[in-house]
Amino acid sequence: MKMITAIIRPWKLDDLQMAVARLGVQGITVTEVTGYGRQRGHSEHYKGSEYQVEFVPKLRVEIVLDDTSAEAVVEAISNVCRTGKTGDGKIFLAPVGEAVRIRTRESGAAAA
Amino acid sequence: MHQDKKRTKGSSLMRGLGAALLLMVPALVFGADAPPPPNKGDISWIMTSTVLVILMTIPGLALFYGGMVRGKNVLSLLMQVMIIFCMGILMFAIYGYSVAFSEGTNQFFGGFSKLFLKGMTGDSLTGTFSKATNIPELGFFIFQATFAAITPGLIIGALAERVKFSALLVFIIIWLTFAYYPIAHMVWFWAGPDAYTSQAAADAVFAHNGFLFNKGALDFAGGTVVHINAGIAGLVGCLLIGKRVGFGTTALPPHNVPMTMIGASLLWVGWFGFNVGSNLEANGFATLVFTNTLLATAAATMAWILVEWVVKGTPTMLGAASGAVAGLVAITPACGWVGTMGSIAIGAIAAVICVWACSGLKRKLGYDDSLDVFGVHCIGGIVGAILTGVFNSPALGGTDVYDYVANAYPDPAAYDMGAHVISQLWGVGVTLLWSGIVSLVAFKLIDMTIGLRVTEEQEREGLDTVSHGERAYNN
Repeated sequence: MKMITAIIRPWKLDDLQMAVARLGVQGITVTEVTGYGRQRGHSEHYKGSEYQVEFVPKLRVEIVLDDTSAEAVVEAISNVCRTGKTGDGKIFLAPVGEAVRIRTRESGAAAA
Repeated sequence: MHQDKKRTKGSSLMRGLGAALLLMVPALVFGADAPPPPNKGDISWIMTSTVLVILMTIPGLALFYGGMVRGKNVLSLLMQVMIIFCMGILMFAIYGYSVAFSEGTNQFFGGFSKLFLKGMTGDSLTGTFSKATNIPELGFFIFQATFAAITPGLIIGALAERVKFSALLVFIIIWLTFAYYPIAHMVWFWAGPDAYTSQAAADAVFAHNGFLFNKGALDFAGGTVVHINAGIAGLVGCLLIGKRVGFGTTALPPHNVPMTMIGASLLWVGWFGFNVGSNLEANGFATLVFTNTLLATAAATMAWILVEWVVKGTPTMLGAASGAVAGLVAITPACGWVGTMGSIAIGAIAAVICVWACSGLKRKLGYDDSLDVFGVHCIGGIVGAILTGVFNSPALGGTDVYDYVANAYPDPAAYDMGAHVISQLWGVGVTLLWSGIVSLVAFKLIDMTIGLRVTEEQEREGLDTVSHGERAYNN
């Protein structure tokens, strides 16, 4: 099993969800995060105080699935989330040791 | 819509007779020299104005300040405003009204004749700015009480996010007693228009009028008494308490600008009570005071955001809210003394100077006046006070100062702007010195005994949990 962790632009979430659903992905977890890569932030000013805000809001999307499906899903996410401008994000893959479905106590790939 | 009221010729005659009889009742009951009974319109207006000023404090000022601090400190600002308001009201009832608005042995402090509002009932009367015109004294009391309760709330902006709650409350008690009540007395206490029957009578009451009133310092609704007074106390406080942890290195942006906008809007709307209520009567002149308040604030808001747009690149909501408040502060002393176009000028000029005070000046001098109490209230108040002396001139649309002995306005050609501005500078100078020194002593004493500031660890945690055991947002 693999965990796909994708850092994407927040407004790309709907496109991503539809694309991975078409490939049969049935589980997804989304968190609001903040960070930066090469895309830097912007400046804000509040009544005489000026702040350089380095961090940019993003979404972290996590999907756990079997090894064979992973490559296609990564490709789909990549295509749908690309704008061509700095800040499109990143995708990381990591191996997953075990997965358990809480309701049925199933484990292994069936639970992912 | 016309109802089908049947009116006979006879009944209108009866109503006319009845009205005439009713008007004679006060003379029949009180005698020929009786004080005229208050006008119900005036009574309604002073009560409505009081309600508006209460709204300015809770929740206006509370939300205005609350939105500007970080989320972990918002409750502390709301609490400070609300509790100071309650304390201010009670103190004013117990002894503040007497010290500020009764006759004392000197020109600086009133006496104790009205301690605990002694003798005041619903029938007690007090004068206005017109001869032979009274309003209920309790109406004047409640109105002034709200002023005494909102003014100390302004100061907390300079100490935000680091002051100890108990220390703040003790400071407010000392500051109201030794700075606010005497300055209110000096600027606003006088014998009233009915005492000015002749020059000799005017000279006789001089010794008991307020010191700054006698200097001719004009302050219609509290530019000196409220804004310069609180503003300088704020500056002294922020210098003594020191900068917030992380000031200058960490970003400390407002956590809720919409909240600040709501607060600023409530302040603007409520300020019509603050300024126009200070007229004490609901007459034609009150509509001029209203107009001045409206125009100055609109002009100030525009001026502030235009400066931001040009200098910083974008006009901000926080800037618009601050601009409005700056304009309101500046027009406060002037609203009953200047003309409509003068108000526009005052609002715009004050806003431009305050923008600089809140950015350039602040950065240059390096103090952490967290919510710009000095930059907006003190500087705005000083600009407004001085410009009152300028735009009071009939040549610039102003009203000049009514002569209650001659019962007429002075000759417009005789307006001495230099003398007027000097009178205004007396008000500014004495207030800055008096309030500054009282604040310095009070803050120092408190810091040496119970301590003015929370610990660094507590400050990092946030005042809401540390001082109040609560979180503002629990989801």
